[in-house]
Amino acid sequence: MSRLSARFAACAAEGRAALVTFVTGGDPTPGATGAILDALVAGGADVIELGMPFTDPMADGPAIQRANLRSLAAGTTTMDLLTIATAFRSRHPDVPLVLMGYANPMVRRGGDWFAEHAGAAGVDGVICVDLPPEEDQDLGPALRAKGVDFIRLATPTTDAARLPSVLEGASGFIYYVSVAGITGLQQAVQGSIETAVAKLKAATELPIAVGFGVRTPEQAAAIGRVADGVVVGSAIVELVGEHGDKAAGPVRDYVASLAAAVRTAQRERGQKENAA
Amino acid sequence: MTLANSLRSQPDARGHFGQFGGRYVAETLMPLILDLDAEYRRAKADPAFRAEFESLLKHYVGRESPLYYAERLTEMLRQKAADDGQPECGAKIYLKREDLNHTGAHKINNCVGQILLARRMGKTRIIAETGAGQHGVATATVAARYGLPCTIFMGARDIERQQPNVFRMRLLGAEVRPVTSGAQTLKDAMNEALRDWVANVHDTFYIIGTAAGPHPYPELVRDFQSVIGIEARAQILEAEGRLPDMLIACVGGGSNAIGLFHPFLDDPDVAMVGVEAAGHGIESGEHAASLTGGSPGVLHGNRTYLLQDEDGQITEAHSISAGLDYPGIGPEHSWLHDIGRVKYVPVTDDEAMASFQTCCQLEGIIPALESSHALAAAEKIAPKMGKDQVIVLNLSGRGDKDIFTVADVLGVKL
Repeated sequence: MSRLSARFAACAAEGRAALVTFVTGGDPTPGATGAILDALVAGGADVIELGMPFTDPMADGPAIQRANLRSLAAGTTTMDLLTIATAFRSRHPDVPLVLMGYANPMVRRGGDWFAEHAGAAGVDGVICVDLPPEEDQDLGPALRAKGVDFIRLATPTTDAARLPSVLEGASGFIYYVSVAGITGLQQAVQGSIETAVAKLKAATELPIAVGFGVRTPEQAAAIGRVADGVVVGSAIVELVGEHGDKAAGPVRDYVASLAAAVRTAQRERGQKENAA
Repeated sequence: MTLANSLRSQPDARGHFGQFGGRYVAETLMPLILDLDAEYRRAKADPAFRAEFESLLKHYVGRESPLYYAERLTEMLRQKAADDGQPECGAKIYLKREDLNHTGAHKINNCVGQILLARRMGKTRIIAETGAGQHGVATATVAARYGLPCTIFMGARDIERQQPNVFRMRLLGAEVRPVTSGAQTLKDAMNEALRDWVANVHDTFYIIGTAAGPHPYPELVRDFQSVIGIEARAQILEAEGRLPDMLIACVGGGSNAIGLFHPFLDDPDVAMVGVEAAGHGIESGEHAASLTGGSPGVLHGNRTYLLQDEDGQITEAHSISAGLDYPGIGPEHSWLHDIGRVKYVPVTDDEAMASFQTCCQLEGIIPALESSHALAAAEKIAPKMGKDQVIVLNLSGRGDKDIFTVADVLGVKL
């Protein structure tokens, strides 16, 4: 069983959603990222998404755009991110780590190169924002060959006719982008999230993690009652932006507040408890 | 069904031109992109759509645009050839006068086509990106014509540099939204337009200004711009009784060039030259020549040649011409480059500036700085061709918008 499957199964066994947290790698510097990742784990995050900075993050809102610029200004390279991942894996053998970013940095040296190096660095999964199933050939086969999960995104615009092609070749979990928009701004209404998660769960055995616009423990708890995972990104990235290389403490405390909320939120009955 | 042995049957159903093109967009946009593709197929097959498009091109844009024999430019280059000991050289140069279109450039051809598609799809709001402002003005123009609200995304730095076009867009009723992210130029404006689109997919149509972006944009922009080449073909047959020996056009994203080239792609005796902006020179690193100085990658919805570093981070383009100041190029050009059908050459800021002035003085035509790159290439190539040979050059736009930039370079205070 992969680390991602094992972690989602363990959370399901506890009757709660997994807390998935995102930070941009190399923000504020490549050297400072390790401590921030440790703070996510210490705060109680179940899955870590490590953002790969890109000059043109066209699906991201202002907070993550700024984080990308800070990271690139600090000189962060693809090799730095792989080094950060390798070090994280040796410190945290059981915590799932996902690389998230845009296609161009991932395919620059070829999909095979990326898959091989990500796998060797102990990365469990990859989320590529601008690589829909239609262009799977660039990365999907290479990742699958190396046993790295290719995590697909579903959105409010993904209709029933299209959903099967999104699910085909997906593994790890499904990331449900709960609003048609960019990261970090508005949050979807709870009712629409519940409906969407139910539709997805009817179509796949994969865990469903819900993100975009989640910032408060209350929001995280509400989503945690209906989904297998709650993703929080921009709010953490803003703390890093505010506190720079002293962000580990505030990040840990904030993540702990989310983790406590997710752990106390009792999931609704009638769902598949063992989603993995 | 694609035609065997034709270079005009690209892209495939998935929007790929060889290894280039495709649909590299966020999942939120994919269903809309697929809808647009389906609607475009229906529109293409609908005689009423074609009729409305052609009617607007005739009565609103002012087509067809003339194919003008640039006699004094031709003579000047023949004299140059003679001075170099080649009295039998100096090709005849014709200019395809896209500068005479409504709004002053070829951009309007595409905007007319896309706004008709937007209406067919029931979209009620228009967005677009713009660099120099030409595409923004053309989009604001057609939005006004059809009474649709319009938001133009423009880099804050470009807004500073292009005040007259900003004012034009506002006169036409568009909202010009400054983009302060990144380098605050065209690339960032496109990012911001995509961000707006993803949040407003239900009612918004994105009029992309060049033959790039996710499929079907490169194809449909090319098709709308192909009116340039279709007209030029008939016009040169009438004027010379034969096809030209060479076509020349400037290439930023490459919509004016692909519009001229595409109807001739299957004519093996017609050579084609795309002219990239070499800025301060390829070796300076400050240029916008994606083919000459870049490598394949993925940006803004398509795989194509890009200016990028070894990690795939996009690097800043530079050109004196804001319309060519973009770190990518349309995917069909990348394909035509790789298969060798079109030759792409670089022209520097200084060379373009010199040809801008030559055209003003010899032909009484103030060309756009973009088109001046094509003129500079012609000045190098024509004196090496025979007198009996013919070049058709796409004069893609007029240079009124550039007078402030040119005055600045010439040290003149307006």
